[in-house]
Amino acid sequence: MKRLGKRLLAGPYLMWMLLFTVVPLVLLAYNAFTGADGSFTLTNVAVILDPVNGKPFLRSIGMSVLVTVICLVLSFPLALILRKCSGNKNSFIVMIFILPMWMNFMLRTLAWRLILLNNGILNQILTALGFGRVHLMNTIWAVILGTVYDYLPFMVLPIYNALVKIDNDVISAAQDLGAGQWTILRRIIIPLSIPGVVSGITMVMVPSISEFVIASMLGGGKVYLIGNVIEQAFNSGYADIHAGSGLSLSLMVLILISMVIYRLFDGEEGESSLW
Amino acid sequence: MVKQKVIDTASRVYLIFALILLYLPILILIISSFNASPRNKAVWGGFSLEGYGKLIHNDMIMQALGTTILLAAGAALVSTVLGTMACIGMLGMKKRSRTWLMGLTNIPMLNADIVTGVALMLLFSRFVDLSFWTMLIAHITLIIPYVVLCVQPKVMHLNTSMYEAALDLGASPVYAFWKVVLPELVPGIVAGFMLSFTMSLDDFSVTYFTKAPGIHTMSTMINAEYRKGIQTELYALSTIVFLLVLLVLFLMNRKAWKKVDGVRGRKGGRQREKA
Repeated sequence: MKRLGKRLLAGPYLMWMLLFTVVPLVLLAYNAFTGADGSFTLTNVAVILDPVNGKPFLRSIGMSVLVTVICLVLSFPLALILRKCSGNKNSFIVMIFILPMWMNFMLRTLAWRLILLNNGILNQILTALGFGRVHLMNTIWAVILGTVYDYLPFMVLPIYNALVKIDNDVISAAQDLGAGQWTILRRIIIPLSIPGVVSGITMVMVPSISEFVIASMLGGGKVYLIGNVIEQAFNSGYADIHAGSGLSLSLMVLILISMVIYRLFDGEEGESSLW
Repeated sequence: MVKQKVIDTASRVYLIFALILLYLPILILIISSFNASPRNKAVWGGFSLEGYGKLIHNDMIMQALGTTILLAAGAALVSTVLGTMACIGMLGMKKRSRTWLMGLTNIPMLNADIVTGVALMLLFSRFVDLSFWTMLIAHITLIIPYVVLCVQPKVMHLNTSMYEAALDLGASPVYAFWKVVLPELVPGIVAGFMLSFTMSLDDFSVTYFTKAPGIHTMSTMINAEYRKGIQTELYALSTIVFLLVLLVLFLMNRKAWKKVDGVRGRKGGRQREKA
């Protein structure tokens, strides 16, 4: 009997993923654990402990946590409000939030440069209003601002998608039974939004921890993150692919461990519901 | 009820605040593209279309734009085909192997882009020269999980008896697939294609490490050139990209709107008949 699911159909995909995700990672690990002469060594993995690399590493972790928290705090009320704008306007408002995502993020970052530069728009406005200038460009705050801006939709949309799935009748029932706004939020909306929050946090934290191009565009080389260190290790005059591989491996292991802990802590498989 | 009003007003204020934050940088890019002031773009120097003229004659930007679109379209197409095949293939698998395959799918998703890029570079540089094709392979690897994540839920909800019924009624497997199975999957496939296309357009890290010298995508070109006085052209480009995206979303939305209007119109008609 012929059935629809032919396992063979998954063959090309399986081959592709093995060849282009598993093999490269094995190669990365191989480079990380060998020296220039091909002998086994742990020095490349240990370079992360060197303060020159360790400090940017910690800075990246701190920054991505901060970015994720800011995104979450900004997004949750926004998703709640978007949910309330139900009806026909709904798809339109969601579209408005997807729209900026379609602009190339380098162009969006370029816009922030225009705003934050020392003789940029923000300072022009501040001086015109009689306040002093602020020096934001080339500081970590500019990088955080740019990163939050770039990743905000990745937090808003999963939370929104989780929230619209909540049946209005559930909320009406709670209201009929005497629950106030706050109780409804705490006992119904927040627990049911968890899958969205989980995938939102993942989608913001993972890319922002390894961010390096926003840091170089808005941080002007003064904000040095682990991504910049890795990039330098591969693409500069004194490139060292073994040290670079070691650093990349450390970053990967850190992300994997935190994801495992996070999923265990969360207790359930978070649906990735971006769209 | 006063409390409710306060919440409503606060919601509206917050929504407007969020929209301003989201669109202000884009608005500034658009205004800057018409700014004749040669040096400082933060000062209005009169209206000019010079940026657009320069943009058309800038071969570097035009080539980067072409490469970006070709790369995104090619990668999205291949990933959509491979990903959809894999999802259908998974139907015939035992739960264990399916879990394995989904785990494999999660690797590029959970891995930092920079690590994916570095690992692929190590693979490519060992065996082949970097070229457009290595970039294409890298992009496919990066975006294929998004296709699988969009299509897989739809495949899991398929009613396979329909397909088997079609076969029993004499349809060939290809015909049955085309007429019975595929229409069910189309929304997921379209969503997967769009999402993976967007991810490819927006990628910087993976492209940066796997690109051939002399070939640029928009992101890498901006990164290499934004300091070198092509800002006006880039602002003009942003404006055009934004308007294009706006147009596409508007057209997509109009279809959805028509559907909504149709349903509403019919309902209204029925109510009128009753009256």
